Amino acid sequence: MIRPHRTHPLWLAYFLHRLSGLVLALFLPLHFYVISLALTQPERLDGFLRWTEMPVVKLAEVGLVFLLAVHIFGGLRLMALEFLPWSGRQKTLAASALAVSFFVSLTFFLRAV
Amino acid sequence: MLDARLYMLQRITALIMAPLALGHIAVMIYAIQGGLSAAEILSRTQGSLFWFAFYGLFVLAVSVHGAIGLRVIIYETFGMRALLLNGLSWIIGAIFLLTGMRAVLAVTLS
Amino acid sequence: MVTEKENLDVFVWRGLAETGRFERYEVPAQDSQTILDVVSWIQQNLDATLAYRFACRVGMCGSCAMMVNGEPRWTCRTHVRKVLRGNQLKIAPLRNLPVIRDLATDMDPFFDKWVAAEGHHHPTRTRDDAIEALDPQSPERRAANAGIECINCAVCYAACDTVANNPDFLGPAALQRAWTVHNDARDGDQPAILEAVSGKGGCHNCHSQGSCAQYCPNDLNPMTAIAGLKRASVKSFFKRER
Repeated sequence: MIRPHRTHPLWLAYFLHRLSGLVLALFLPLHFYVISLALTQPERLDGFLRWTEMPVVKLAEVGLVFLLAVHIFGGLRLMALEFLPWSGRQKTLAASALAVSFFVSLTFFLRAV
Repeated sequence: MLDARLYMLQRITALIMAPLALGHIAVMIYAIQGGLSAAEILSRTQGSLFWFAFYGLFVLAVSVHGAIGLRVIIYETFGMRALLLNGLSWIIGAIFLLTGMRAVLAVTLS
Repeated sequence: MVTEKENLDVFVWRGLAETGRFERYEVPAQDSQTILDVVSWIQQNLDATLAYRFACRVGMCGSCAMMVNGEPRWTCRTHVRKVLRGNQLKIAPLRNLPVIRDLATDMDPFFDKWVAAEGHHHPTRTRDDAIEALDPQSPERRAANAGIECINCAVCYAACDTVANNPDFLGPAALQRAWTVHNDARDGDQPAILEAVSGKGGCHNCHSQGSCAQYCPNDLNPMTAIAGLKRASVKSFFKRER
């Protein structure tokens, strides 16, 4: 999978963007389904929300928040690369996007526990 | 499998979603403390035109963005032919849009 | 000062893409030895039928690129010492191109895409006109200059995963040339260039993985050039809409 020509920061940033996008896309219909329970079966929604109090599920939620954040900030970096007339320091920017995403998901984690 | 038109749609929806998604994260961080309940969510969103517009636009943009993104992944992974790929992209977009709008209506209708 | 244990373990791709295999050769190690030296030594001393391609040996012609331990390299300017893993070298034909035999690839798709991207001059003057004065400091000229040292070695093309996954994608070298020509004040058909790079294999397919810039032996940055094309195509889209 990680072949020699892929072991550089911007390729890894690309991979993280693709992976986070894919996971978020697969998660979304599930997310939508659970939310729509509010309309049809509010008691089942509350049952589900209680289930999300389990530590394992909480951690998975933190993971999803991280993937969302990394997709947002990584995506903003890509659009800056494409639409703003400069292109240096892409590796620094990619690393910054990752750092901000860690910060955001950590904040979520600390509020959640 | 991205021509200029699809590329523009992908970037425009991304630009629309950037503030919405950041707002969504802010709401999550605000709301997660002390756990979630259906009543808590509904008290915030029910009957609110603002949240309907916020999440309605979010769902609309994410349906386009997600469908185009998955289209690229499917093409680059499986090398599907154009006709099949186009059909599949529309179906994926429709699933996002229908399930998403249903969810938005579920929490904002009063 | 070559001793027995200073032999390199060299695995070279032999045959066609589907039916070929790596064959092992022992090559005496030497100071300042390049990958091309190793390949040539095998061809001259061990197996005269080894097919490979080179011309200038000094990094000008762009014909000797190969995969070395999984990474695309210009072999005439790549020192063995720099890429040796353990005592091993694995040398294969360039990725993303059809293999003719052994280490020689068919470069036709690479150059066909170069033409398809309109990466050639569209003249505006005849021989009777005066030579056009160019301002070397203008932003357009600087952008054009950034890409003109390309030697068409196809290292970027072999490094690019988007090329690997999307056979229609024009690739970094062709798109960089299109951007260079687009920025040339003497060029007369910028719309044709933008049109050519906006199709289903066009610049918009680039995922900015940056492997092209990572591996370009001349330190060029096709990723930046492709971003420029994307920007220009979006601009022209909105101009047409008005």
